Amino acid sequence: MTLSASLLWLIPATPLAASVFGLFAPRTARTLPIAGALLGLVAALGLSVAALAGALVDPAVRATSDFAWFTFGAQTLRLGWLLDPLAGFMCVLVTLIGLLVALFSTAYLRHDPRIGRFFGFLSLFVAAMLGLLVTNSLLLLFICWELVGLASYLLIGFWYERPAAAAAAKKAFITTRIGDLGFLIGLVWLHQATGSALFHDGGAGALDAPTLARLSSTLLPGGWAVSTAIGLLLFVGAAGKSGQFPLHVWLPDAMEGPTPVSALIHAATMVAAGVFLMARVFPLMAADQGLATVPFHALTGVAVIGAVTALLGAVLAVAQNDIKRVLAYSTVSQLGYMMLAIGVGSWVAAVFHLITHAFFKALLFLGAGSVIDATHHEQDLRRLGGLAGRMRVTFATFALGTGALMGLPFVFSGFWSKEAILHAAEGWTVSHLPFAAGLVGVVLTAFYMTRLVLEVFFGKARGEGAAHAEESPGLMRGPLVVLAVAAVGLGWLGLPNWPWLQTRLQGGDWPVHGLGEGFGLMVVSTALVLLGIGAGWWWYGRVKRTDARALDPLARSWPAVHAALAGRLWLDELYAATVGRAFAMLARVAAFFDRWVWGGAVEAAGRTAETVGQVNRAVDEDGLNAGFDNTSEHLRGSGRRYAKAQTGDAQSYLRVVAIGLAVVGVLLLWGGVR
Amino acid sequence: MSPLHLCLLLSTVLFCIGLAAVLVRTSAILVLLGVELMLNAANLNFIAFWRYGPGGDDTGVIFVLFSIAVAAAEAAVGLALVIALHRHRRTIALKAANQLRG
Repeated sequence: MTLSASLLWLIPATPLAASVFGLFAPRTARTLPIAGALLGLVAALGLSVAALAGALVDPAVRATSDFAWFTFGAQTLRLGWLLDPLAGFMCVLVTLIGLLVALFSTAYLRHDPRIGRFFGFLSLFVAAMLGLLVTNSLLLLFICWELVGLASYLLIGFWYERPAAAAAAKKAFITTRIGDLGFLIGLVWLHQATGSALFHDGGAGALDAPTLARLSSTLLPGGWAVSTAIGLLLFVGAAGKSGQFPLHVWLPDAMEGPTPVSALIHAATMVAAGVFLMARVFPLMAADQGLATVPFHALTGVAVIGAVTALLGAVLAVAQNDIKRVLAYSTVSQLGYMMLAIGVGSWVAAVFHLITHAFFKALLFLGAGSVIDATHHEQDLRRLGGLAGRMRVTFATFALGTGALMGLPFVFSGFWSKEAILHAAEGWTVSHLPFAAGLVGVVLTAFYMTRLVLEVFFGKARGEGAAHAEESPGLMRGPLVVLAVAAVGLGWLGLPNWPWLQTRLQGGDWPVHGLGEGFGLMVVSTALVLLGIGAGWWWYGRVKRTDARALDPLARSWPAVHAALAGRLWLDELYAATVGRAFAMLARVAAFFDRWVWGGAVEAAGRTAETVGQVNRAVDEDGLNAGFDNTSEHLRGSGRRYAKAQTGDAQSYLRVVAIGLAVVGVLLLWGGVR
Repeated sequence: MSPLHLCLLLSTVLFCIGLAAVLVRTSAILVLLGVELMLNAANLNFIAFWRYGPGGDDTGVIFVLFSIAVAAAEAAVGLALVIALHRHRRTIALKAANQLRG
């Protein structure tokens, strides 16, 4: 069974219906919203699989179905749906992970009184993301993009009673809004330059070859091609959503939401949106700019930011003590890898890594959720420890996810997708720095994950929660096992010598090469992974932590480095001191002007008027008053009589007006209105 | 009856409901709600005459767009007033707002 493009709207519509149902159900309802959300996700998953099957019939075909949203004068604004293998794979990914996370949440939030509300938000989140995936219009994509932002705000701030959660939700919303401003400008510019917000429209769409040729040959005054400028603006939006440096600061704070939300945000629904956008508009980003006099390509910017983010995220993950924050910075780093892949021209490798990463990062986050639930909300890895024996399933699946994230060779999916990215970066002709950053990131990834696993699962329990932990219920273990299978197995879809996934995504031929060509690189990265694991074991494995208050081994070796990393390189403080301070300064200047300059002028005018008034009064009282007193007395009497009608009640006045209106209406009818 | 008549009938009904709400409800918010209903009745008239009238230009639609924008602003101001009233008098009954000072 396949799903045609004209019915594609059904995919986001089912979770959307579930979310409406969940949000309008009575506040205390539990079972019905949960059942609705699960049902919606299952239906969406089925529809997504059907859509993917339809897209895979001929991967090179982009099926579109457009409709007019509204017509205004001669302008018609059209929106539409687009079905290609990219959208198909992403839909299946989002619905599958959304379903697993929802199942996990039924157990994780079993004691929360607002669990019904939670499932409503969750469905909205998934629905918005699905809408973003299947649309053929940049405008509709932007609308869904903002809905994703809204849903993430609601979910990160789900426990809004906690000030930290409310602040984190606001931070996520505002930080991504900065990026969205770039996106919006790019969107309007693109529409103005091409006259269409559709991606593919039989040659007239914004991503069709004739339009691209026009865009890339139109030059701005500085010598840039218009397509470069628009591409960079769209990338600003993607950077905000996907947590790229320097807009990455919201992502670690988003940990304040419930853990399943973190899993969803970090795997499928939120941060994937930026990478997806870049993959979707890749033809625009990569448009040939032979005419531009400034030799700067939009993709170069993407690659540089991606490389910086990949390295920065990995470095910062080293010194975090919150189990979820380690994983959050790891996500930042992995998203950097994806952007790096897009920047060096291989969006297919980026999407491949996006898919494998979604599964193993969802696995890691849900595993962390399982640990947190079992230890009564203990997230500090200094007070965990020794859980390997007590939580066997969680440990086994978490270890598999760790292997995939590190990129342990040949078995794990993360290895193959990371290999694809590194291979693409190696062949990039502009610069070798992103490639080098990628290799360093591999060492750091292995290092911080080794530290995380050793601290959480080995040694002896260093806190009350960890000492009495028991394995989580079956509804939590089930999704973990499914995700673990995917984290291992998915890599086999895109082997270098059998690139099934790549060929389908590309919609054409993908260079098949034997394992021999990239073998040298594989050996190098395997050695780097082992180096990272070895270093992790050297610091955290030889002598296991026994006391929660003991200094971090890395802090003993290099106190200054550790302090800088634990302080997250003081980037948040830097932003507060620069951007935050600047706005506060602006506000103070405005307040000063208001109070002293404008306020002073008003004050002076007031004083003048008062003086004039005093003079007037003197003339009045002493000169004119006596003669008028008599008249006034009479007027006062009649005034008092009229004042009785002046009740001050607006409705009684209105009643009189209404009666008058009715009388006028009757008179007009009497006269016969034609 | 032609569609135009039906539209006008509907807008008349809307207008009357809104008017009734404005005249008899005690809560300021519900009175605001009534005002919105009346505005929308007027909008409906515009649209109806634009759609079924002699035609020729888009004045009716543009007028309605402006009217919606103004209505949105009006609702914002009105609700702000209600909040101010509530702060001041601890009630939002219109009867309480019968003095210009205080």
